Amino acid sequence: MEAYISLFVKAIFIENLALSFFLGMCTFLAVSKQIGTAIGLGAAVILVQVITVPANNLLFQYLLNDGALAWMGLPEVDLSFLGLICYIGVIAAMVQILEMILDKYFPALYNALGVFLPLITVNCAILGGSLFMVERDYNFSESVVYGVGSGAGWALAITALAGIREKLKYSDVPDGLQGLGITFITAGLMSLGFMAFSGIQL
Amino acid sequence: MDADTKKVVYDPLVDNNPITLQILGICSALAVTTTLAASLLMCLALTAVVACSNASISMIRQHVPSSIRIIVQMTIIASLVIVVDQLLKAFAYDIAKTLSVFVGLIITNCIVLGRAEAFAMKNPPMISMLDGLGNGLGYSLVLIVVGATRELFGSGTLLGYTILPSVNDGGWYYTNGLMLLPPSAFFIIGLMIWGIRTWKSAQVEKPDYEIQQAHHSEVV
Repeated sequence: MEAYISLFVKAIFIENLALSFFLGMCTFLAVSKQIGTAIGLGAAVILVQVITVPANNLLFQYLLNDGALAWMGLPEVDLSFLGLICYIGVIAAMVQILEMILDKYFPALYNALGVFLPLITVNCAILGGSLFMVERDYNFSESVVYGVGSGAGWALAITALAGIREKLKYSDVPDGLQGLGITFITAGLMSLGFMAFSGIQL
Repeated sequence: MDADTKKVVYDPLVDNNPITLQILGICSALAVTTTLAASLLMCLALTAVVACSNASISMIRQHVPSSIRIIVQMTIIASLVIVVDQLLKAFAYDIAKTLSVFVGLIITNCIVLGRAEAFAMKNPPMISMLDGLGNGLGYSLVLIVVGATRELFGSGTLLGYTILPSVNDGGWYYTNGLMLLPPSAFFIIGLMIWGIRTWKSAQVEKPDYEIQQAHHSEVV
């Protein structure tokens, strides 16, 4: 149990997908102008991450890994080179299914998430989460915990950045730094803050 | 090469740079730039993928129904990235290890999909390939500058050769550890954007709120 809590905290703070691995940066910088939309997008990322990381974990363990096809009587087959195309396929399909389910049963949530849901397919935080899961050899329950943690970490980061940017729009920024430039510097300072967690051992 | 073709290749270098103006493909620009060698390899991989994907998507653009075009583009891009990934693992295993998941993440690099959507779906193959090449080079330019700065000041070397002999090796340069940490990449790109926009003032964004100038009467 402790191992899971440790993994969860590590995924949120120490190995924050946005601020220490720079994943999902395009959306992170583009959709962080208002706290409301940032929270909506963050919630969508958590939701998709919780579903896709474990799904890709099962796919990797039972179809793609070296020797994974032993249950079919093909112990020598290694399909791991097909990983990338399968993971992105799973992510795209999951997002599509999720969109249809939300549209049918939870229209309020669907309207709140709006255009962000389809955009998540090309958010590298999602694919990155699955790739890290494979690289670090997580088992199924670890992958569930990692999915929740990494999604929550990303959501936390984008909400915090949106909060700072809402205050920042009233400040007098030099012309050339206006907009994108100052956002980069802000994100850098936030990332420095998150570096402070890096010494924590659980 | 006529003027239009030249424009397609040279425009993305500074005037319409994918990273500093279009806000595309930032993730890998920040993550892989701790050493110059890794940045160079990443540039090569991305430029190859974006040029080939633009060319092949443009070739089939009239046969793809628009409702499923994203998934078709994704499949083409993912196949190209798998080829690049396997090649890197075969011929440059050590650097491929340091790039870790970021080669795979070329799939979701917005430059590739963005250029496929914005350019390759509307233009013939040859010019699309050049557009891919130009955007790849624009991306490379930023990556090489950031990678060189971080390696030079972070460890005093370039491509592994010592330029500034560090104190640990008996030299005079105190290495700046911050340069090797993630936040420095944000600062360097932020400052680069400032530099470029001071030079090309047309790229400056409008502020959301203007600070009202005080009238003389109010001040007194």
